[in-house]
Amino acid sequence: MNVFESIRIAFRALNANKARSILTMLGVIIGVAAVILLVAIGTGVQGDITGQIEGIGSNLLFVFPADLEGGGGGPGGGGFGGTAFAVEDAALIERRIEGLDAVVPVIEGPATAERGNRSIKTVISAGNEDVDEVFAAELAGGRNYNASEVQAGARVVGLGSTVAEELFPGQDPVGEEITIEGQRFVVIGHTEPQGGALTGDQDNQIYMPYTTAQRLLGTRDVGIIIVKASDPEEVDLKSAQITRLLRPKFGDNVTVFSQEQTLALLSTILGTLTFMLAGIAGISLLVGGIGIMNIMLVSVTERTREIGIRKAVGARTYDIMSQFVIEAVALSVAGGVIGIALGALGAWAIDSLVPTQITWWAVAMAFLFAGAVGIFFGVYPAWRASRLDPIEALRYE
Amino acid sequence: MSGCDDTPDIPGSPVEATGCGGDVVLETIDVSKCYDLGEIQVHALRGVDLRICDGEMLAIMGPSGSGKSTLMHLIGMLDTPTSGRIIVGDQDVSDLSPNRLAAMRNKEIGFVFQSFNLLARTSALVNVELPLIYSGVTGGKRSQRAKDALERVGLEHRLGHYPSQLSGGQQQRVAIARALVTEPSIVLADEPTGNLDTYSGIEVMMMLQDLQAHGITVVVVTHDEDIARHCERIVRLRDGHVIDEEIVADRLIAEQEAQEMTPEEAWE
Repeated sequence: MNVFESIRIAFRALNANKARSILTMLGVIIGVAAVILLVAIGTGVQGDITGQIEGIGSNLLFVFPADLEGGGGGPGGGGFGGTAFAVEDAALIERRIEGLDAVVPVIEGPATAERGNRSIKTVISAGNEDVDEVFAAELAGGRNYNASEVQAGARVVGLGSTVAEELFPGQDPVGEEITIEGQRFVVIGHTEPQGGALTGDQDNQIYMPYTTAQRLLGTRDVGIIIVKASDPEEVDLKSAQITRLLRPKFGDNVTVFSQEQTLALLSTILGTLTFMLAGIAGISLLVGGIGIMNIMLVSVTERTREIGIRKAVGARTYDIMSQFVIEAVALSVAGGVIGIALGALGAWAIDSLVPTQITWWAVAMAFLFAGAVGIFFGVYPAWRASRLDPIEALRYE
Repeated sequence: MSGCDDTPDIPGSPVEATGCGGDVVLETIDVSKCYDLGEIQVHALRGVDLRICDGEMLAIMGPSGSGKSTLMHLIGMLDTPTSGRIIVGDQDVSDLSPNRLAAMRNKEIGFVFQSFNLLARTSALVNVELPLIYSGVTGGKRSQRAKDALERVGLEHRLGHYPSQLSGGQQQRVAIARALVTEPSIVLADEPTGNLDTYSGIEVMMMLQDLQAHGITVVVVTHDEDIARHCERIVRLRDGHVIDEEIVADRLIAEQEAQEMTPEEAWE
């Protein structure tokens, strides 16, 4: 007897017991759908976040005035509680270290922007004329501030798309005036939306020269210095040079993050999270498998007489075994296929709420795992069936 | 220390049931079967010598406990003897593995059971195809042979019917078709009329006599004297051995019995 005969016999048996077959499959369906959906969410979120970080630019080094790597416990460590940078520190880096495309001291602070009776709470993000080298936002219209405006502390601003939309709905803001913290500014440009629902609204920002921001916010503190290396290969070298350069003044309270490190860290966290989700979903798949085994054991008992008849007319151990294993595998694989379809459908349905991405490895793994579950949990009942004594089986009522 | 290894205590000398003419299809030589139930050993057969000849119709008779079911299981190759030899054709099947026995059953034996033993939820045609599935006959050839077998038992218009849609007599005829379809050496019928009314029983015996008329060896296991008298030879068992062998002088012919029945009795 060949495999096709076994498959036909198995499907005939499953078809004869439709309700039971479907209920048995349900366990696997839910398990596989959960794996597909949760991995799709995990991967989607991971892709979304890393995409945003990559969007900020490559070759970048973020210099923080704090010991962020040495554990949170030490003095000056943990957050930005240490001595802040000054603009001079950025100038020092630019003067003393070679092979840098841009060194941008960034000053940030909250502010309220107004135009007529419209207003919005927003964040000022101020830098120097090289800011377009290190910020991801693309200009939708107008221009960035230039070197002379930085030098003069001119009252010019660029608007993030949220701010532009809020203050100038349906209008071109370039050349218009707005009020920030009671002072008047001229809008010289506005940016395209960047998205970023998960990492805070990157579009609710106002860009201006750091000199202007210093005066407006009344601070000289630079929260972070962003450095762009000319050569991506030299990112680690530049990182070490900056740390050494700033050590005399700041001691250990300097941390340089490269883009790569940030990405690797996030990827690790999110990857672990994704695997955890897949693992939890995998447990439900396992439970589904046990359901298959349970039903197959019942089925073998119920069909003892059938097995006896088949053996009497010449079925060998292998024939009975393959018939029952194929039944179990057919249940689990059909459940797997339906589960993949449902999981994919679910991922597509919630894509507007949470970013999802269906990965081929999750589909392949869920499918293979479902098949393996069928074989693993089908073999024991099938073995029991194949071992039945034909005389006893024929006598069974 | 298993009691089944001990030489069985044989009361009286066994009779050899070897009185048939022609080629021997199946022979048992001093066959014993003992079931070891731990505390006690049941000697179901205690040295049986039996020859089944090509083309004959043989009845194996005996009261319950006589060992006739055990002998049927051994002849049908559903089981192997504790001692002694069973020769089918020219092959010794006494020590074959379960899988080899299954292949031999498939090739040499066609079973007809008291309770029909058809697969429910399976059409008559597929039921008859069943042995052919396991002998590797495929596709159109398989269904053609099954149709031919059903035609031979007069059920060519019931191919798609399920067992539950057939009368007892018809179900037993499907079972006979299933027994025939592999062209076995022996059709082995275990109380074939036990679950049937008189007329259907006669019909089944008619069919079995018809098979013999076409050269097929038929063995009927029964405790019913009337059924046994339809055969050419009767072998009687008691307490695990053959006590008597008889050539039937006034054999019953099922076809005549059917004609003698009143139309009321033969309502079918």
